[in-house]
Amino acid sequence: MNELLKLERTKKYFPVKGNRFLKAVDDVSFSVAAGGVFGLVGESGCGKSTLARLILGLMEPTGGEIFFDGMNVITATRHELSRIRRGLQIIFQDPLASLNPRKRIQDAVGESLLINDVVKRREIRDHVAHLLGKVGMDEDALGRYPHEFSGGQRQRICIARALAVNPKMIVADEAISSLDVSIQAQILNLLEDLRRDNGLAYVFISHNLLTVEHFSDTVAVMYLGKIVEMSATEELFNDPLHPYTEALLSAVPKPDVGKKGKRIILEGDVPSPVHIPPGCPFHTRCPKRFEPCDKEVPVYKEVKNQRWVSCHLWV
Amino acid sequence: MIQSLLSVEDLSISFASEIKSLNTVNEVSFKAADQDFLGIVGESGCGKTLTALAIMKLLPSNAISSGRILFEGKDILAYKDKDLQKIRGSKISMIFQEPMTSLNPVFTVGNQIAEVLITHQSMSAKEAINKTIELLKVVQIPSPELRVNDYPHQMSGGMRQRVMIAMAVACKPSLLIADEPTTALDVTIQAQILELLGSLQERNRMSLLFITHDLGIVAEYASRVMVMYAGRIVEKSPVQDMFINPRHPYTIGLLESLPGKKGAKLKPIPGQVPNTESLPSGCKFRTRCRYVIEECHLKEPSLKPAGNSEHLSRCIRAMEL
Ligand SMILES: Nc1ncnc2c1ncn2[C@@H]1O[C@H](COP(=O)(O)OP(=O)(O)O)[C@@H](O)[C@H]1O
Ligand SMILES: Nc1ncnc2c1ncn2[C@@H]1O[C@H](COP(=O)(O)OP(=O)(O)O)[C@@H](O)[C@H]1O
Ligand code: SF4
Ligand SMILES: [Mg+2]
Ligand SMILES: [Mg+2]
Repeated sequence: MNELLKLERTKKYFPVKGNRFLKAVDDVSFSVAAGGVFGLVGESGCGKSTLARLILGLMEPTGGEIFFDGMNVITATRHELSRIRRGLQIIFQDPLASLNPRKRIQDAVGESLLINDVVKRREIRDHVAHLLGKVGMDEDALGRYPHEFSGGQRQRICIARALAVNPKMIVADEAISSLDVSIQAQILNLLEDLRRDNGLAYVFISHNLLTVEHFSDTVAVMYLGKIVEMSATEELFNDPLHPYTEALLSAVPKPDVGKKGKRIILEGDVPSPVHIPPGCPFHTRCPKRFEPCDKEVPVYKEVKNQRWVSCHLWV
Repeated sequence: MIQSLLSVEDLSISFASEIKSLNTVNEVSFKAADQDFLGIVGESGCGKTLTALAIMKLLPSNAISSGRILFEGKDILAYKDKDLQKIRGSKISMIFQEPMTSLNPVFTVGNQIAEVLITHQSMSAKEAINKTIELLKVVQIPSPELRVNDYPHQMSGGMRQRVMIAMAVACKPSLLIADEPTTALDVTIQAQILELLGSLQERNRMSLLFITHDLGIVAEYASRVMVMYAGRIVEKSPVQDMFINPRHPYTIGLLESLPGKKGAKLKPIPGQVPNTESLPSGCKFRTRCRYVIEECHLKEPSLKPAGNSEHLSRCIRAMEL
């Protein structure tokens, strides 16, 4: 398999009051093939955005390794860093916050073309128009400002800007979460087309399980900074192995009458990542906990062919 | 005829603008019976919150409304403020997406709930605090005797929403309006809150008006649903009918936009919602509709029975869909 992105036991601990650490990302390992879609789900605060920042090299990990396209993101030379920057782009939940309100669309999108020496200044207009076309927008957007567009259109503009440097992978951090369903569907289709036509790979981060199921090849479920389960999408959704995955899937209301499944209601809130419970981090809420769970940390391992789980039920 | 708990009749809401006054909410009519679970769905800006605020008579001051809102047979819009205060919070309550905006940060949650009981049920301070602890238990807040002294910021989002619910149901209202109460919450917490609202509805025999953009919640919990688009109700029906046999192209579009199994291409609704100033002539959905015909340009279709008397659609081609 041609690995484009590879994480090995990546960690990010933030120091907090009282000489403690907030383990935002802990021992996360996975890889994504060129053209693949890796879905990352989990509830707020489980470490998804921190992981995205680590991948982008925007933050230094506390431990572990990150490789992109054969280069080590952490120890990259300047030349390698600029190659990584071009190869790896990110889009966020709030496109308005990531667009400069005083920059016209032509300049916002064209900027990264110039910085990265993709085209000459006089060719910019045509190039940006072409990029806008790719994301389904008209040329008349060129001279307008971000506030003149709707949320969905702004996300298209951010995607055009990401595409400007011809990346191999886009990290989408809740990129469609704040859009209305009909617009979500438009953007999902666009991301899918770009994958088909340009061979783009994605790390697709979302708390919306239905969109992750639709779009990803492989899915990882995070809880308190750790991956608790990872496998091919169909398997994970049809036959979840970890009790947290099972509860998470059952909690999603299904837009389908007469199909109301059995709902597992978890008790309480997610514990604070500063005080992660001993043993299995999920044991305080787990409906299936048994004798070893509050004492021994379960090992994350391949329990069946290509199915990774950390749970004492799977030894 | 049996009198409905709530009857909204031709509710229109506009905002005076310098150019002209356009209806942001246009001729919305619906009824809610005792112990109803009525879902209102539609994308952002379609007028869901304004409709709810009108029922509470809490519209922004620059809003102009017309029509009638009958609660237990009396017109809310004609009430004096003083009488309204009495109903609000006791007979009709509302909860919002972000509880932080409706909780006061400088008072403990216990004080805020007790205040409602003292005002509406003339309890003594002592009685009110005891009742508050009982209510916190009902909404499943762990160690309520301790949490009663918490300030809102000391609680998680899910806990705060429970506090809001405790406050809203303190006086056993007959109608609870919930405006996207779980949108800001994680799904496992959402499941807890939905379960709680369901059990409270049964226990207190209250009617729920549930606003959401999540069709999954509607499918699983509501008994009836209305779909709004551009300030109008475009479809209204028992829940089963709408999901099995949608009778409006917008509803069909929403359902086809939902991500399904892997690999199946989504069929999004093209374009975007026009703003109030640039709504088209005739059917307001025609610019995005794949069933559009000449006639759709001429006259706005009315909300008419399509299939059965309880299933209404605002589309002239409803029966062909
Ligand atoms: N710069 C930071 N300093 C301290 N804590 C942080 C920082 N960034 C994130 N965190 C904490 O790390 C945890 C994971 O956050 P985040 O990655 O944003 O989660 P998610 O994106 O899954 O919601 C949270 O508890 C958050 O408060
Ligand atoms: N105070 C106001 N002044 C002018 N327009 C408003 C005001 N409040 C809401 N609107 C407009 O009314 C429309 C409907 O709003 P709302 O009922 O909040 O929609 P929803 O809850 O369905 O998202 C929106 O397009 C919004 O811009
Ligand atoms: S009336 Fe015409 S334009 Fe409107 S929804 Fe029906 S078919 Fe579409
Ligand atoms: Mg995040
Ligand atoms: Mg609203």
